[in-house]
Amino acid sequence: MTRRLLPLLIGAVPFVMLVFALPLVNRVEPIVLGLPFILFWIMLWIILTPALLFLAFRIEKQTRGSDEEEEL
Amino acid sequence: MNVATAIIAVTILLSFVIGLLAGKHVKMNLEMWTVGGRRFGLILVWLLMAGEIYTTFTFLGAASWAYSKGAPAFYILIYGTLAYVLSFFILPAVWKAGKRHRLHTQPDFFVTRYDSRLLGALVALMGVASILPYLQLQLTGLGIIVKTASGGQIPANWAMVACFAVTCIFVYTSGIRGTAWVAVLKDIMMIVAVVVVGLWVPYAYFGGIGKMFTVLVHQRPTHLILPGSTRDMTTVWVMSTVLLTAMGFYMWPHTFASVFSARSVETIKRNSIIMPLYQVPILLVFLVGFTALLVVPGLANGDEAFLALVAKTFPGWFLGFVGAAGAVTAIVPSSLLILCASTLISKNVYQLALRPSASELTVIRLSRVLVVVLTGLALIFAIFVPEALVALLLLGYDGVSQFFPGIVLGLFWKRVSRNGVLAGLVTGFVLVLVLILTGNDPWMGVNAGFVALVANAAVTVGVSLISRPQ
Repeated sequence: MTRRLLPLLIGAVPFVMLVFALPLVNRVEPIVLGLPFILFWIMLWIILTPALLFLAFRIEKQTRGSDEEEEL
Repeated sequence: MNVATAIIAVTILLSFVIGLLAGKHVKMNLEMWTVGGRRFGLILVWLLMAGEIYTTFTFLGAASWAYSKGAPAFYILIYGTLAYVLSFFILPAVWKAGKRHRLHTQPDFFVTRYDSRLLGALVALMGVASILPYLQLQLTGLGIIVKTASGGQIPANWAMVACFAVTCIFVYTSGIRGTAWVAVLKDIMMIVAVVVVGLWVPYAYFGGIGKMFTVLVHQRPTHLILPGSTRDMTTVWVMSTVLLTAMGFYMWPHTFASVFSARSVETIKRNSIIMPLYQVPILLVFLVGFTALLVVPGLANGDEAFLALVAKTFPGWFLGFVGAAGAVTAIVPSSLLILCASTLISKNVYQLALRPSASELTVIRLSRVLVVVLTGLALIFAIFVPEALVALLLLGYDGVSQFFPGIVLGLFWKRVSRNGVLAGLVTGFVLVLVLILTGNDPWMGVNAGFVALVANAAVTVGVSLISRPQ
Protein backbone atom coordinates (compact mmCIF):
# COMPACT_ATOMS: atom_id res chain seq x y z
CA MET A 1 0.00 0.00 0.00
CA THR A 2 2.74 2.45 0.93
CA ARG A 3 4.55 1.55 -2.27
CA ARG A 4 1.44 2.54 -4.25
CA LEU A 5 1.26 5.88 -2.43
CA LEU A 6 4.97 6.58 -2.67
CA PRO A 7 4.92 7.88 -6.28
CA LEU A 8 2.13 10.32 -5.35
CA LEU A 9 4.08 11.54 -2.33
CA ILE A 10 7.13 12.09 -4.52
CA GLY A 11 4.92 14.00 -6.96
CA ALA A 12 3.77 16.26 -4.12
CA VAL A 13 7.33 17.42 -3.40
CA PRO A 14 7.54 19.94 -6.30
CA PHE A 15 4.18 21.40 -5.20
CA VAL A 16 5.44 21.91 -1.66
CA MET A 17 8.70 23.45 -2.80
CA LEU A 18 7.39 25.60 -5.65
CA VAL A 19 4.04 26.72 -4.21
CA PHE A 20 3.79 26.39 -0.47
CA ALA A 21 7.41 27.31 0.28
CA LEU A 22 7.19 30.51 -1.81
CA PRO A 23 6.53 32.88 1.12
CA LEU A 24 9.70 31.58 2.80
CA VAL A 25 11.98 32.03 -0.19
CA ASN A 26 10.69 35.39 -1.43
CA ARG A 27 14.07 37.15 -1.05
CA VAL A 28 17.02 38.36 -3.10
CA GLU A 29 19.82 37.42 -0.65
CA PRO A 30 21.80 35.24 -0.63
CA ILE A 31 22.65 35.38 -4.32
CA VAL A 32 23.48 31.86 -5.52
CA LEU A 33 25.22 31.18 -8.84
CA GLY A 34 24.55 34.80 -9.78
CA LEU A 35 20.78 34.39 -9.34
CA PRO A 36 18.60 36.12 -6.74
CA PHE A 37 17.63 33.52 -4.13
CA ILE A 38 13.96 33.15 -5.16
CA LEU A 39 14.96 32.56 -8.78
CA PHE A 40 17.71 30.14 -7.79
CA TRP A 41 15.24 28.20 -5.64
CA ILE A 42 12.71 27.92 -8.46
CA MET A 43 15.34 26.81 -10.99
CA LEU A 44 16.72 24.27 -8.54
CA TRP A 45 13.36 22.55 -8.15
CA ILE A 46 12.61 22.71 -11.86
CA ILE A 47 15.80 20.79 -12.52
CA LEU A 48 15.15 18.33 -9.70
CA THR A 49 11.56 17.62 -10.83
CA PRO A 50 12.51 15.30 -13.73
CA ALA A 51 14.71 13.33 -11.31
CA LEU A 52 11.81 13.00 -8.87
CA LEU A 53 9.39 11.95 -11.60
CA PHE A 54 11.88 9.41 -12.89
CA LEU A 55 12.12 7.96 -9.39
CA ALA A 56 8.31 7.76 -9.19
CA PHE A 57 8.30 6.10 -12.61
CA ARG A 58 10.76 3.41 -11.47
CA ILE A 59 8.85 2.71 -8.27
CA GLU A 60 5.56 2.44 -10.18
CA LYS A 61 7.15 -0.04 -12.56
CA GLN A 62 8.54 -2.18 -9.76
CA THR A 63 5.26 -2.13 -7.84
CA ARG A 64 3.25 -3.06 -10.88
CA GLY A 65 5.71 -5.82 -11.70
CA SER A 66 3.91 -8.70 -13.27
CA ASP A 67 0.31 -8.03 -12.22
CA GLU A 68 -0.50 -5.66 -15.05
CA GLU A 69 0.95 -5.71 -18.54
CA GLU A 70 1.36 -2.35 -20.31
CA GLU A 71 -0.15 -2.04 -23.74
CA LEU A 72 2.23 -1.57 -26.67
CA MET B 1 14.11 43.60 -49.76
CA ASN B 2 16.63 43.49 -46.92
CA VAL B 3 18.30 40.40 -45.48
CA ALA B 4 15.92 40.16 -42.51
CA THR B 5 12.85 40.22 -44.74
CA ALA B 6 14.34 37.53 -46.99
CA ILE B 7 15.10 35.26 -44.01
CA ILE B 8 11.55 35.60 -42.72
CA ALA B 9 10.03 34.91 -46.15
CA VAL B 10 12.21 31.82 -46.71
CA THR B 11 11.38 30.42 -43.26
CA ILE B 12 7.64 30.78 -43.77
CA LEU B 13 7.96 29.07 -47.16
CA LEU B 14 10.02 26.27 -45.59
CA SER B 15 7.42 25.61 -42.89
CA PHE B 16 4.78 25.45 -45.63
CA VAL B 17 6.73 22.80 -47.54
CA ILE B 18 7.43 20.74 -44.40
CA GLY B 19 3.77 20.93 -43.38
CA LEU B 20 2.60 19.71 -46.79
CA LEU B 21 5.14 16.88 -47.06
CA ALA B 22 4.18 15.58 -43.60
CA GLY B 23 0.79 14.47 -44.91
CA LYS B 24 2.07 12.75 -48.07
CA HIS B 25 1.55 9.02 -48.46
CA VAL B 26 -0.77 8.93 -45.45
CA LYS B 27 -4.36 7.88 -45.89
CA MET B 28 -6.33 10.66 -44.24
CA ASN B 29 -9.28 9.66 -42.05
CA LEU B 30 -10.57 11.28 -38.87
CA GLU B 31 -8.30 9.13 -36.70
CA MET B 32 -5.20 10.09 -38.72
CA TRP B 33 -6.14 13.74 -39.17
CA THR B 34 -6.91 14.50 -35.51
CA VAL B 35 -4.68 12.16 -33.48
CA GLY B 36 -2.09 10.95 -35.99
CA GLY B 37 -3.44 7.40 -35.85
CA ARG B 38 -2.26 7.21 -32.19
CA ARG B 39 1.19 6.27 -33.44
CA PHE B 40 3.49 9.09 -32.35
CA GLY B 41 6.57 8.02 -30.42
CA LEU B 42 8.42 9.90 -27.69
CA ILE B 43 10.13 12.44 -29.94
CA LEU B 44 7.10 13.45 -32.00
CA VAL B 45 4.92 13.69 -28.89
CA TRP B 46 7.53 15.81 -27.20
CA LEU B 47 7.79 18.10 -30.21
CA LEU B 48 4.02 18.32 -30.46
CA MET B 49 3.52 19.18 -26.81
CA ALA B 50 6.45 21.56 -26.73
CA GLY B 51 5.12 22.99 -29.98
CA GLU B 52 1.78 23.93 -28.55
CA ILE B 53 3.07 25.11 -25.20
CA TYR B 54 5.87 27.40 -26.32
CA THR B 55 3.95 30.04 -28.20
CA THR B 56 4.63 33.64 -29.14
CA PHE B 57 3.93 34.33 -25.49
CA THR B 58 7.25 32.67 -24.68
CA PHE B 59 9.02 35.24 -26.79
CA LEU B 60 7.09 38.42 -26.15
CA GLY B 61 5.08 37.73 -23.00
CA ALA B 62 7.72 36.25 -20.71
CA ALA B 63 10.25 38.97 -21.58
CA SER B 64 7.50 41.55 -21.19
CA TRP B 65 6.53 40.32 -17.71
CA ALA B 66 10.16 40.25 -16.57
CA TYR B 67 10.59 43.76 -17.96
CA SER B 68 7.52 45.46 -16.59
CA LYS B 69 6.38 43.30 -13.64
CA GLY B 70 9.53 41.59 -12.34
CA ALA B 71 9.21 38.68 -9.89
CA PRO B 72 5.54 37.82 -10.67
CA ALA B 73 6.89 36.61 -14.04
CA PHE B 74 8.43 33.65 -12.22
CA TYR B 75 4.97 32.12 -12.07
CA ILE B 76 5.48 31.13 -15.72
CA LEU B 77 8.45 28.93 -14.75
CA ILE B 78 6.55 27.28 -11.93
CA TYR B 79 3.16 26.49 -13.41
CA GLY B 80 4.56 24.69 -16.42
CA THR B 81 6.70 22.47 -14.22
CA LEU B 82 3.79 21.59 -11.93
CA ALA B 83 1.56 20.94 -14.93
CA TYR B 84 4.01 18.25 -16.07
CA VAL B 85 3.97 16.68 -12.62
CA LEU B 86 0.15 16.53 -12.78
CA SER B 87 0.35 15.19 -16.32
CA PHE B 88 2.53 12.31 -15.16
CA PHE B 89 -0.27 11.12 -12.90
CA ILE B 90 -3.35 12.09 -14.92
CA LEU B 91 -2.59 11.76 -18.62
CA PRO B 92 -1.97 8.00 -18.67
CA ALA B 93 -5.59 7.51 -17.54
CA VAL B 94 -6.75 10.00 -20.17
CA TRP B 95 -4.83 8.12 -22.84
CA LYS B 96 -6.27 4.75 -21.79
CA ALA B 97 -9.82 6.12 -21.89
CA GLY B 98 -9.04 7.55 -25.33
CA LYS B 99 -7.75 4.25 -26.62
CA ARG B 100 -10.62 2.21 -25.18
CA HIS B 101 -13.42 4.42 -26.48
CA ARG B 102 -11.62 5.74 -29.59
CA LEU B 103 -11.84 9.36 -28.43
CA HIS B 104 -10.66 12.17 -30.70
CA THR B 105 -11.53 15.27 -28.73
CA GLN B 106 -11.90 16.51 -25.16
CA PRO B 107 -15.74 16.67 -25.29
CA ASP B 108 -15.67 13.04 -26.49
CA PHE B 109 -14.44 12.21 -23.01
CA PHE B 110 -17.44 13.91 -21.39
CA VAL B 111 -19.81 12.22 -23.84
CA THR B 112 -18.60 8.70 -23.01
CA ARG B 113 -17.88 9.16 -19.31
CA TYR B 114 -21.15 10.91 -18.47
CA ASP B 115 -23.24 9.48 -21.28
CA SER B 116 -24.42 12.94 -22.31
CA ARG B 117 -24.16 14.47 -25.75
CA LEU B 118 -25.49 17.72 -24.32
CA LEU B 119 -22.60 17.95 -21.88
CA GLY B 120 -20.23 17.15 -24.76
CA ALA B 121 -21.65 19.92 -26.93
CA LEU B 122 -21.51 22.38 -24.02
CA VAL B 123 -17.85 21.57 -23.34
CA ALA B 124 -17.13 21.85 -27.07
CA LEU B 125 -18.66 25.31 -27.30
CA MET B 126 -16.86 26.50 -24.17
CA GLY B 127 -13.66 25.11 -25.67
CA VAL B 128 -14.08 26.93 -28.96
CA ALA B 129 -14.93 30.17 -27.13
CA SER B 130 -11.66 29.80 -25.19
CA ILE B 131 -9.60 28.91 -28.28
CA LEU B 132 -10.61 31.81 -30.54
CA PRO B 133 -9.07 34.61 -28.46
CA TYR B 134 -5.96 32.47 -27.98
CA LEU B 135 -5.69 32.08 -31.75
CA GLN B 136 -6.13 35.78 -32.28
CA LEU B 137 -3.40 36.54 -29.73
CA GLN B 138 -0.98 34.36 -31.71
CA LEU B 139 -1.89 36.28 -34.85
CA THR B 140 -1.45 39.69 -33.29
CA GLY B 141 1.91 38.64 -31.77
CA LEU B 142 3.02 37.31 -35.12
CA GLY B 143 2.15 40.58 -36.82
CA ILE B 144 4.19 42.58 -34.29
CA ILE B 145 7.22 40.27 -34.53
CA VAL B 146 7.42 40.14 -38.31
CA LYS B 147 6.79 43.85 -38.74
CA THR B 148 9.47 44.84 -36.22
CA ALA B 149 12.02 42.28 -37.39
CA SER B 150 11.67 43.24 -41.04
CA GLY B 151 12.23 46.88 -40.13
CA GLY B 152 8.66 47.73 -41.14
CA GLN B 153 9.15 46.26 -44.63
CA ILE B 154 6.51 43.58 -44.10
CA PRO B 155 3.29 45.20 -42.78
CA ALA B 156 1.73 43.36 -39.82
CA ASN B 157 -1.47 42.56 -41.74
CA TRP B 158 0.40 41.01 -44.65
CA ALA B 159 2.41 38.84 -42.28
CA MET B 160 -0.77 37.66 -40.56
CA VAL B 161 -2.52 36.84 -43.83
CA ALA B 162 0.52 35.06 -45.31
CA CYS B 163 1.25 32.94 -42.23
CA PHE B 164 -2.35 32.00 -41.74
CA ALA B 165 -2.82 31.03 -45.36
CA VAL B 166 0.20 28.75 -44.96
CA THR B 167 -1.11 27.28 -41.71
CA CYS B 168 -4.60 26.82 -43.08
CA ILE B 169 -3.36 24.89 -46.11
CA PHE B 170 -1.12 22.48 -44.26
CA VAL B 171 -3.67 21.77 -41.55
CA TYR B 172 -6.22 21.15 -44.28
CA THR B 173 -4.04 18.60 -46.04
CA SER B 174 -1.83 17.04 -43.34
CA GLY B 175 -3.81 17.41 -40.10
CA ILE B 176 -1.83 16.93 -36.92
CA ARG B 177 1.18 15.38 -38.69
CA GLY B 178 1.83 18.71 -40.37
CA THR B 179 1.91 20.45 -37.01
CA ALA B 180 4.30 17.94 -35.47
CA TRP B 181 6.81 18.22 -38.29
CA VAL B 182 6.73 22.01 -38.54
CA ALA B 183 7.34 21.95 -34.77
CA VAL B 184 10.77 20.48 -35.49
CA LEU B 185 11.75 23.59 -37.43
CA LYS B 186 10.18 25.83 -34.83
CA ASP B 187 11.88 24.26 -31.83
CA ILE B 188 15.34 24.40 -33.41
CA MET B 189 14.97 28.05 -34.41
CA MET B 190 13.43 29.13 -31.13
CA ILE B 191 16.06 27.41 -29.00
CA VAL B 192 18.89 28.94 -31.04
CA ALA B 193 17.33 32.41 -30.85
CA VAL B 194 16.65 32.25 -27.11
CA VAL B 195 20.00 30.72 -26.14
CA VAL B 196 22.05 33.14 -28.23
CA VAL B 197 20.17 36.26 -27.11
CA GLY B 198 19.70 35.16 -23.50
CA LEU B 199 23.33 34.25 -22.91
CA TRP B 200 24.83 37.07 -24.92
CA VAL B 201 23.01 40.24 -23.81
CA PRO B 202 23.87 40.08 -20.07
CA TYR B 203 27.54 39.59 -21.02
CA ALA B 204 27.54 42.25 -23.70
CA TYR B 205 26.23 44.95 -21.38
CA PHE B 206 27.27 43.89 -17.88
CA GLY B 207 29.96 41.22 -18.21
CA GLY B 208 27.82 38.39 -16.84
CA ILE B 209 24.46 37.21 -15.54
CA GLY B 210 25.42 37.73 -11.88
CA LYS B 211 26.71 41.22 -12.60
CA MET B 212 23.52 42.12 -14.43
CA PHE B 213 21.46 41.02 -11.41
CA THR B 214 23.73 42.98 -9.05
CA VAL B 215 23.06 46.16 -11.02
CA LEU B 216 19.33 45.40 -11.19
CA VAL B 217 19.06 44.75 -7.45
CA HIS B 218 20.93 47.98 -6.79
CA GLN B 219 18.76 50.06 -9.12
CA ARG B 220 15.39 48.46 -8.32
CA PRO B 221 15.63 46.58 -5.02
CA THR B 222 12.01 45.34 -5.05
CA HIS B 223 11.72 44.31 -8.72
CA LEU B 224 12.98 40.77 -8.09
CA ILE B 225 10.87 39.82 -5.07
CA LEU B 226 7.10 39.46 -5.01
CA PRO B 227 5.00 41.47 -5.77
CA GLY B 228 7.77 42.94 -7.94
CA SER B 229 6.84 46.20 -9.65
CA THR B 230 3.11 45.45 -9.36
CA ARG B 231 0.64 46.14 -6.59
CA ASP B 232 -1.65 43.13 -6.53
CA MET B 233 0.53 40.26 -7.78
CA THR B 234 1.41 39.20 -4.27
CA THR B 235 2.74 35.86 -3.05
CA VAL B 236 -0.84 34.69 -2.51
CA TRP B 237 -1.76 35.72 -6.03
CA VAL B 238 1.22 33.83 -7.47
CA MET B 239 0.43 30.71 -5.41
CA SER B 240 -3.23 30.61 -6.46
CA THR B 241 -2.44 31.48 -10.07
CA VAL B 242 0.20 28.77 -10.29
CA LEU B 243 -2.21 26.16 -8.94
CA LEU B 244 -4.99 27.29 -11.28
CA THR B 245 -2.86 27.38 -14.42
CA ALA B 246 -1.06 24.12 -13.61
CA MET B 247 -4.47 22.44 -13.44
CA GLY B 248 -5.74 24.29 -16.50
CA PHE B 249 -2.68 23.52 -18.61
CA TYR B 250 -3.82 20.18 -20.05
CA MET B 251 -7.47 21.22 -19.97
CA TRP B 252 -7.10 23.25 -23.15
CA PRO B 253 -8.98 21.21 -25.73
CA HIS B 254 -5.96 21.08 -28.05
CA THR B 255 -3.44 20.03 -25.39
CA PHE B 256 -5.86 17.45 -24.03
CA ALA B 257 -6.46 15.95 -27.47
CA SER B 258 -2.74 15.83 -28.29
CA VAL B 259 -2.40 13.15 -25.59
CA PHE B 260 -4.37 10.79 -27.83
CA SER B 261 -1.71 10.97 -30.54
CA ALA B 262 0.81 9.16 -28.32
CA ARG B 263 1.65 5.54 -29.05
CA SER B 264 1.54 4.29 -25.45
CA VAL B 265 1.29 5.16 -21.78
CA GLU B 266 5.04 4.74 -21.59
CA THR B 267 5.52 7.49 -24.20
CA ILE B 268 3.38 9.86 -22.17
CA LYS B 269 5.11 9.16 -18.88
CA ARG B 270 8.58 9.56 -20.34
CA ASN B 271 7.45 12.78 -21.96
CA SER B 272 6.16 14.15 -18.65
CA ILE B 273 9.47 13.34 -17.03
CA ILE B 274 11.58 15.32 -19.49
CA MET B 275 9.24 18.24 -20.15
CA PRO B 276 10.22 20.30 -17.07
CA LEU B 277 13.70 20.73 -18.58
CA TYR B 278 12.04 22.58 -21.42
CA GLN B 279 11.27 25.34 -18.90
CA VAL B 280 14.94 26.26 -18.61
CA PRO B 281 15.02 28.38 -21.80
CA ILE B 282 12.34 30.59 -20.24
CA LEU B 283 14.96 31.65 -17.69
CA LEU B 284 17.00 32.94 -20.63
CA VAL B 285 14.01 34.91 -21.89
CA PHE B 286 13.71 36.47 -18.43
CA LEU B 287 17.39 37.46 -18.58
CA VAL B 288 16.62 39.29 -21.83
CA GLY B 289 13.68 41.06 -20.19
CA PHE B 290 15.73 42.10 -17.14
CA THR B 291 18.66 43.28 -19.26
CA ALA B 292 16.24 45.24 -21.45
CA LEU B 293 14.90 46.99 -18.35
CA LEU B 294 18.40 48.32 -17.64
CA VAL B 295 19.49 48.98 -21.24
CA VAL B 296 16.29 50.18 -22.94
CA PRO B 297 14.12 51.39 -20.05
CA GLY B 298 10.84 53.23 -20.46
CA LEU B 299 9.29 51.29 -23.36
CA ALA B 300 5.56 52.03 -23.47
CA ASN B 301 4.75 48.39 -24.20
CA GLY B 302 6.71 45.60 -22.47
CA ASP B 303 5.95 43.29 -25.41
CA GLU B 304 8.55 45.23 -27.38
CA ALA B 305 11.33 44.56 -24.86
CA PHE B 306 12.74 41.40 -26.45
CA LEU B 307 12.90 42.68 -30.01
CA ALA B 308 13.99 46.19 -29.01
CA LEU B 309 17.02 44.75 -27.23
CA VAL B 310 17.82 42.37 -30.11
CA ALA B 311 17.59 45.25 -32.59
CA LYS B 312 19.94 47.35 -30.44
CA THR B 313 22.48 44.57 -29.92
CA PHE B 314 22.63 42.34 -33.00
CA PRO B 315 23.14 42.78 -36.78
CA GLY B 316 20.11 42.95 -39.10
CA TRP B 317 20.27 39.36 -40.33
CA PHE B 318 20.07 38.00 -36.81
CA LEU B 319 17.06 40.18 -36.10
CA GLY B 320 15.56 38.57 -39.19
CA PHE B 321 16.33 35.13 -37.79
CA VAL B 322 14.63 35.99 -34.49
CA GLY B 323 11.64 37.36 -36.39
CA ALA B 324 11.42 34.19 -38.47
CA ALA B 325 11.64 32.06 -35.32
CA GLY B 326 8.84 34.17 -33.87
CA ALA B 327 6.71 33.60 -36.97
CA VAL B 328 7.01 29.79 -36.82
CA THR B 329 6.43 30.00 -33.10
CA ALA B 330 3.02 31.46 -33.89
CA ILE B 331 2.30 29.08 -36.77
CA VAL B 332 2.70 25.82 -34.82
CA PRO B 333 0.31 26.43 -31.92
CA SER B 334 -2.10 28.20 -34.25
CA SER B 335 -2.30 25.15 -36.48
CA LEU B 336 -3.20 22.98 -33.49
CA LEU B 337 -5.79 25.47 -32.27
CA ILE B 338 -7.43 25.60 -35.69
CA LEU B 339 -7.39 21.83 -36.09
CA CYS B 340 -8.86 21.33 -32.65
CA ALA B 341 -11.59 23.98 -32.85
CA SER B 342 -12.80 22.70 -36.21
CA THR B 343 -13.02 19.11 -34.96
CA LEU B 344 -14.87 20.24 -31.82
CA ILE B 345 -17.56 21.88 -33.90
CA SER B 346 -17.88 19.23 -36.60
CA LYS B 347 -17.77 16.20 -34.34
CA ASN B 348 -19.15 17.26 -30.97
CA VAL B 349 -21.61 19.93 -31.93
CA TYR B 350 -22.67 18.93 -35.45
CA GLN B 351 -22.44 15.14 -35.48
CA LEU B 352 -23.08 14.12 -31.89
CA ALA B 353 -25.57 16.78 -30.81
CA LEU B 354 -27.32 17.85 -34.01
CA ARG B 355 -27.10 15.14 -36.64
CA PRO B 356 -26.11 11.72 -35.26
CA SER B 357 -26.60 10.13 -38.69
CA ALA B 358 -23.70 12.12 -40.24
CA SER B 359 -20.94 9.86 -41.57
CA GLU B 360 -17.26 10.13 -40.74
CA LEU B 361 -16.60 11.37 -44.24
CA THR B 362 -19.06 14.23 -43.70
CA VAL B 363 -17.42 15.09 -40.38
CA ILE B 364 -13.92 15.28 -41.82
CA ARG B 365 -15.19 17.32 -44.80
CA LEU B 366 -16.96 19.74 -42.48
CA SER B 367 -13.82 19.97 -40.31
CA ARG B 368 -11.78 20.96 -43.32
CA VAL B 369 -14.27 23.63 -44.34
CA LEU B 370 -14.26 24.91 -40.75
CA VAL B 371 -10.45 25.17 -40.82
CA VAL B 372 -10.84 27.80 -43.52
CA VAL B 373 -13.81 29.50 -41.83
CA LEU B 374 -12.19 29.74 -38.37
CA THR B 375 -8.89 30.96 -39.80
CA GLY B 376 -10.75 33.67 -41.66
CA LEU B 377 -12.68 34.62 -38.55
CA ALA B 378 -9.54 34.95 -36.43
CA LEU B 379 -7.91 37.05 -39.16
CA ILE B 380 -10.87 39.40 -39.33
CA PHE B 381 -10.80 39.85 -35.57
CA ALA B 382 -7.03 40.39 -35.51
CA ILE B 383 -7.09 42.95 -38.32
CA PHE B 384 -10.22 44.92 -37.53
CA VAL B 385 -10.77 44.63 -33.78
CA PRO B 386 -7.36 43.66 -32.36
CA GLU B 387 -8.29 44.66 -28.80
CA ALA B 388 -11.74 43.10 -28.63
CA LEU B 389 -10.76 39.61 -27.60
CA VAL B 390 -7.87 40.29 -25.23
CA ALA B 391 -10.22 40.46 -22.28
CA LEU B 392 -11.67 37.13 -23.35
CA LEU B 393 -8.25 35.53 -23.29
CA LEU B 394 -8.03 35.98 -19.56
CA LEU B 395 -11.40 34.32 -19.41
CA GLY B 396 -10.06 31.55 -21.63
CA TYR B 397 -7.57 30.18 -19.11
CA ASP B 398 -9.95 30.61 -16.21
CA GLY B 399 -12.61 28.95 -18.36
CA VAL B 400 -10.80 25.81 -19.52
CA SER B 401 -9.52 25.20 -15.98
CA GLN B 402 -13.14 24.60 -15.02
CA PHE B 403 -13.02 21.30 -16.95
CA PHE B 404 -10.53 19.94 -14.39
CA PRO B 405 -12.98 18.52 -11.80
CA GLY B 406 -15.15 16.88 -14.47
CA ILE B 407 -12.16 15.20 -16.07
CA VAL B 408 -10.04 14.23 -13.07
CA LEU B 409 -12.92 13.12 -10.87
CA GLY B 410 -14.40 11.38 -13.90
CA LEU B 411 -11.22 9.37 -14.27
CA PHE B 412 -10.59 8.47 -10.66
CA TRP B 413 -13.91 8.59 -8.80
CA LYS B 414 -16.84 6.33 -9.71
CA ARG B 415 -19.49 8.35 -7.85
CA VAL B 416 -19.18 11.58 -9.82
CA SER B 417 -22.36 12.14 -11.85
CA ARG B 418 -23.47 14.02 -14.92
CA ASN B 419 -25.58 16.44 -12.90
CA GLY B 420 -22.67 17.07 -10.55
CA VAL B 421 -20.35 17.98 -13.41
CA LEU B 422 -22.98 20.09 -15.15
CA ALA B 423 -23.73 22.02 -11.95
CA GLY B 424 -20.03 22.43 -11.17
CA LEU B 425 -19.17 23.68 -14.67
CA VAL B 426 -21.98 26.22 -14.69
CA THR B 427 -21.04 27.42 -11.18
CA GLY B 428 -17.40 27.78 -12.18
CA PHE B 429 -18.10 29.67 -15.40
CA VAL B 430 -20.66 32.00 -13.88
CA LEU B 431 -18.41 32.78 -10.93
CA VAL B 432 -15.45 33.56 -13.20
CA LEU B 433 -17.61 35.88 -15.29
CA VAL B 434 -19.09 37.65 -12.29
CA LEU B 435 -15.78 38.13 -10.47
CA ILE B 436 -13.97 39.43 -13.55
CA LEU B 437 -16.77 41.68 -14.80
CA THR B 438 -17.24 43.24 -11.35
CA GLY B 439 -13.51 43.97 -11.12
CA ASN B 440 -12.90 41.38 -8.41
CA ASP B 441 -9.89 39.66 -9.98
CA PRO B 442 -7.90 39.08 -7.80
CA TRP B 443 -10.53 38.50 -5.11
CA MET B 444 -9.02 39.07 -1.63
CA GLY B 445 -5.60 38.57 -3.24
CA VAL B 446 -6.55 35.21 -4.75
CA ASN B 447 -6.82 34.63 -8.52
CA ALA B 448 -10.54 34.73 -9.43
CA GLY B 449 -10.26 31.64 -11.63
CA PHE B 450 -8.94 29.71 -8.66
CA VAL B 451 -11.84 30.82 -6.47
CA ALA B 452 -14.24 29.64 -9.17
CA LEU B 453 -12.39 26.33 -9.53
CA VAL B 454 -12.67 25.61 -5.81
CA ALA B 455 -16.40 26.40 -5.88
CA ASN B 456 -16.79 24.26 -9.01
CA ALA B 457 -15.07 21.27 -7.40
CA ALA B 458 -17.16 21.62 -4.23
CA VAL B 459 -20.43 21.77 -6.20
CA THR B 460 -19.39 18.84 -8.42
CA VAL B 461 -18.62 16.66 -5.41
CA GLY B 462 -21.66 17.83 -3.40
CA VAL B 463 -24.22 17.31 -6.16
CA SER B 464 -22.66 13.95 -7.09
CA LEU B 465 -22.96 12.77 -3.49
CA ILE B 466 -26.63 13.69 -3.11
CA SER B 467 -27.68 12.40 -6.54
CA ARG B 468 -28.39 8.70 -6.77
CA PRO B 469 -25.40 6.54 -7.78
CA GLN B 470 -25.56 5.61 -11.48
